[in-house]
Amino acid sequence: MFESANIHHTMANQSKEVLYGLYDDEQVLLQAVHKAKADHLDIMDVYTPFPVHGLDEAMGLSESRLHQVGFIFGAIGALTAFLFMTWVFTRDWPIIFGGKPYWSIPAFIPITFELTVLFSAIGMVVAYYTVCGLAPGVTNPTLDDRITDDKFCLAFQTNGASQQEIDKLKSFLSASGAEEINAKII
Amino acid sequence: MSAAVSPIREPLIQGSKTYHQITEDICSPTERTPSMTWIIAFMVASAGLALYVFCLAWTIWVGIGSWNLNRTIGWGWDITNFVWWIGIGHAGTLISAILLLFRQRWRTGVNRAAEAMTIFAVMCAGQFPLIHMGRLWLGFFIFPYPNTRGPLWVNFNSPLLWDVFAISTYFTVSLLFWYTGLVPDLATVRDRAKGLRRKIYNYMSFGWTGAAKHWQRFESLSLVLAGLSTPLVLSVHTIVSFDFATSVIPGWHTTIFPPYFVAGAIFSGFAMVQTLMVMTRKVLNLEQYVTLEHIESMNKVILLTGTIVGVAYLTELFVAWYSGYIYEQFAFYNRVMGPYWWSYVGMMSCNLLSPQIFWFKKIRRSVFWTFVMSIFVNIGMWFERFVIIGTTLARDYLPSSWSYYVPSWVEIGLFVGTLGLFFTLYLIFSRVAPVVAVAEVKQILKVAGDQYTGPNAHKAHHAKGAGVHH
Repeated sequence: MFESANIHHTMANQSKEVLYGLYDDEQVLLQAVHKAKADHLDIMDVYTPFPVHGLDEAMGLSESRLHQVGFIFGAIGALTAFLFMTWVFTRDWPIIFGGKPYWSIPAFIPITFELTVLFSAIGMVVAYYTVCGLAPGVTNPTLDDRITDDKFCLAFQTNGASQQEIDKLKSFLSASGAEEINAKII
Repeated sequence: MSAAVSPIREPLIQGSKTYHQITEDICSPTERTPSMTWIIAFMVASAGLALYVFCLAWTIWVGIGSWNLNRTIGWGWDITNFVWWIGIGHAGTLISAILLLFRQRWRTGVNRAAEAMTIFAVMCAGQFPLIHMGRLWLGFFIFPYPNTRGPLWVNFNSPLLWDVFAISTYFTVSLLFWYTGLVPDLATVRDRAKGLRRKIYNYMSFGWTGAAKHWQRFESLSLVLAGLSTPLVLSVHTIVSFDFATSVIPGWHTTIFPPYFVAGAIFSGFAMVQTLMVMTRKVLNLEQYVTLEHIESMNKVILLTGTIVGVAYLTELFVAWYSGYIYEQFAFYNRVMGPYWWSYVGMMSCNLLSPQIFWFKKIRRSVFWTFVMSIFVNIGMWFERFVIIGTTLARDYLPSSWSYYVPSWVEIGLFVGTLGLFFTLYLIFSRVAPVVAVAEVKQILKVAGDQYTGPNAHKAHHAKGAGVHH
């Protein structure tokens, strides 16, 4: 689940020098991202207050594979429930209920279904927070408090970049419509 | 995927909001000192909660004999309340999951509060089967765990056990879905806060940054959870109806129960959402986010599901007559004309007849009538469950064991007490979390804000940005 865009997040203990622009509108940001890609600029990340459609494609992010996790956990849940009930009622302690066969498959369906959903949902949510590096008590450095409000942020990492390269990024940001351009070490 | 917005669509966000104003309007109620209305409401609600704790302690101390159940009527107010609360708990997931799959934008105004309501209603519902067992401290016997009695397993063929799995799954999945949606909004509150408050919200928002990859996964997660929750929400009340339908009691043993229960659950759930939202939007000044358009949409759902439920009542009567089976015929004769005729009248008038006034657009868009009707429906749906449980059990196969049942003060106290529990939780929620999904409302602003759509839209200026979100 570790896509290339997230490699930066995994290098948590190194401090990062970041140059970022704040945009007021998601459409302007989206065009800036397209342009940065066309100019072969190495985007560190893009931060937005809400999901912006088309952004993942613009950034070249690969499709999320969370739904595969959901399927695998769901399958585990279904098998767990069905095989456990089968074992209990055919091997461990067979009991006749209402004259039905020991292995009464239709009666196992509701619990099999519920556990499929339960395992799948828990598995996906846990996988989601794990791969995103989010958890209770985690503090991830943020660039600006307004990113969760009304600013759209395009960030470049500038560790080891020459002044010339930084100036180039700055002029790119202002040309693409960034309202504010700041540098920060996180 | 850019969606063209029909010109007849009414705006869902009024007041020409900017992104920042949305944040401000929705987050600021959690930052102000509570209003007098809130304090009074909280005092009343927590008094109800105290009553609940008292009646619960009384039931455990004195025993289940403090209730008025008898040999004939083994399920009374307890199971009635259980089914009622579970039904109410269906609207949240319906709004957040099914309406997400159907791409209904109006869900964004009400989904957060409705999901919270779902969780609290399921918590209230879960109390009753547990207390009803009599020996609450042995409640864990319902789970299949390796025990020293064999191990003796639970009966996986019993609908009562299916209920245990259905309701615990439903509660867990609803909670995960709700909290996952809440995390970005809690981060918004965090970034506006300082000091200790910021630390607390930082803890609760899991270190959310709003990174593009996180949002992409977030959307994928929401969609799959919605896809999982949709059959789940339908399964839960289906399984609750199996508690009745798989028995051999005339009046219960019918195949119509699952769809009829699910429709009733949606019906009562939406009614409770209306009750809460009408008050919440007023008290927290959120009329521009929960608009008359939202209220009207929900009233349409109430009209539809109320009519479905009404058709089910009439179908039951017809089938009982048509079956030619005297016990079934008597069960339904008894519902209408028997000792509990008044609850049948209450059910029919509140659930089938009264929602029909929502055929009038003027009433659908009236906040006053919406509130009145939501209370009617809540009462009517309680009666429905009582009709099914109480009247059926009171007149069984053997006339010598016929009986009548009125609740004791303890049972009444437990019911009123869960209302206290429910409203206490809801009031706390409205203080600590944004009651409207901030990020989701921002996401639909450019297609549903009144400056972009509807009669007051100024057209050319924003044409570029509009129509991108779907």
